[in-house]
Amino acid sequence: MRIGRLLVTLTALALCACAAQVPVLRGTGDLGVVVERETGRLKLIETSGRTELATIGGLGDLSHASVVYSRDARYAYVFGRDGGLSKVDLLEARVVGRVVQAGNSIGGAISQDGRLIAVANYDPGGVKVFDAATLELLSDIPSAGGDGTRRSKVIGIADAPGNRFVFSLFEAGEIWIADVSDPRHPQVRKFTGIGKEPYDGLITPGGRFYIAGLYGEDGVALLDLWNPEAGVRRILGGYGRGEEKMPVYKMPHLRGWAVAGNVALLPAVGRNEVLFVNTDTWAEAGRVAVHGQPVFVIVQPGARRAWVNFAFPNNDTVQVIDIPARSVIRELKPGRAVLHMEFTPRGEQAWVSSRDDNRVTVYDTATFAALATLPADHPSGIFLTSRAFATGF
Amino acid sequence: MDRVPIGWAVAVSGALAAGALHAGEPAPERRAQLVEMVRQDCGSCHGLTLKGGLGPSLLPSALGDKDAVSLQYTILDGRRGTAMPPWRPFMGEDEALWIAHTLKNGLPERERK
Repeated sequence: MRIGRLLVTLTALALCACAAQVPVLRGTGDLGVVVERETGRLKLIETSGRTELATIGGLGDLSHASVVYSRDARYAYVFGRDGGLSKVDLLEARVVGRVVQAGNSIGGAISQDGRLIAVANYDPGGVKVFDAATLELLSDIPSAGGDGTRRSKVIGIADAPGNRFVFSLFEAGEIWIADVSDPRHPQVRKFTGIGKEPYDGLITPGGRFYIAGLYGEDGVALLDLWNPEAGVRRILGGYGRGEEKMPVYKMPHLRGWAVAGNVALLPAVGRNEVLFVNTDTWAEAGRVAVHGQPVFVIVQPGARRAWVNFAFPNNDTVQVIDIPARSVIRELKPGRAVLHMEFTPRGEQAWVSSRDDNRVTVYDTATFAALATLPADHPSGIFLTSRAFATGF
Repeated sequence: MDRVPIGWAVAVSGALAAGALHAGEPAPERRAQLVEMVRQDCGSCHGLTLKGGLGPSLLPSALGDKDAVSLQYTILDGRRGTAMPPWRPFMGEDEALWIAHTLKNGLPERERK
């Protein structure tokens, strides 16, 4: 039935020394969670047989929830909109720690050494750093940008090499680097005037570049973490060519999945386009017209293709882009309100959530056939444990 | 969707008592769609519980003293210089006014199975 509960039962039996059986042993490399945003639950899934193993509740308001994994890929850290930070044991399928650390939060990151969890908060604005083992609060970095009188909402937090966290301040238009080598005394370096309204950020897979997308203007802010003294520079300036923006009914999301070789694929804001950027020169390297305002542009492992989903009212569609050809080669209809997509680490499967059809569809990425459909209550994010081993996740 | 939840009835009757609703109050099925749209799609920026995200809170505590007609036109036409987009393509003027009143009174929970 439920492997997690079975394990708990067997562990209990083993503890009372009355069990002849041993616990079911398994790895976590093919596990993942699907967020059921309204009921505050996670579905624990596995990608080998493509089945659900358990449901884990008690996680609070999971709208816009995101997840990072411990470096041994056993524990999931869940960041809820209600400011909750929960630690979930995948093998026992239960919550083993939870703190409500702010009124309104947006996401988080785990440090390079796996010992620290940082949470980005909207209200009160700032970043809080926790011990990954105990969830003890170690430091609090209020996001009082500009003249220091007003806290900004923190967005786009990412882990960087050297036990640093990089994040952006929405209202103030700043990028901060917090060095948490001494987690109770973080050292913060601030970059001001980086552009209007950064809405999300990403760090490139090697951990060298931090990119913040800008909502308030055409362009993207770029920080080279190897050469921070060079400051933040603007790339893709004026990609909208001065044309009136189309309304944006859902903000795009950025993450390290956007990079394919020496090309990064970024959602245009207010345009139905995916932008390509050469990561050697940071000059535009093409663009592809797509079905709507892109939300996630996710490169499939192997870097030949990217899958794109869209904002309301075009959110029943996923398009697949051939990266070398700079063209859309396939259109899928996984259901109403497609909120997220996640590839298995070698890219043979894509898991796609449809909020309004209450299901997750697993696609074979070679044939685009649906391999499995799993029921889920208003599913949003899908997070596989392979994220444990990637900078920026 | 044929039974009206209690919270809803209170919200609507509250708005009616204030003499605020036009004759064009949406039919029950459409109201359910609108509530779902507010929660899910407005919720993308304002939060599923509407307590705020990148966009501000839409809870009664935040909107209570705001003029319903001004909210109606913010919904319909967006706000220049902010991320608030125009929702006019997806609803009528009366529907936007009904949403404005409903938000001021507290959006009802969706009926759960």
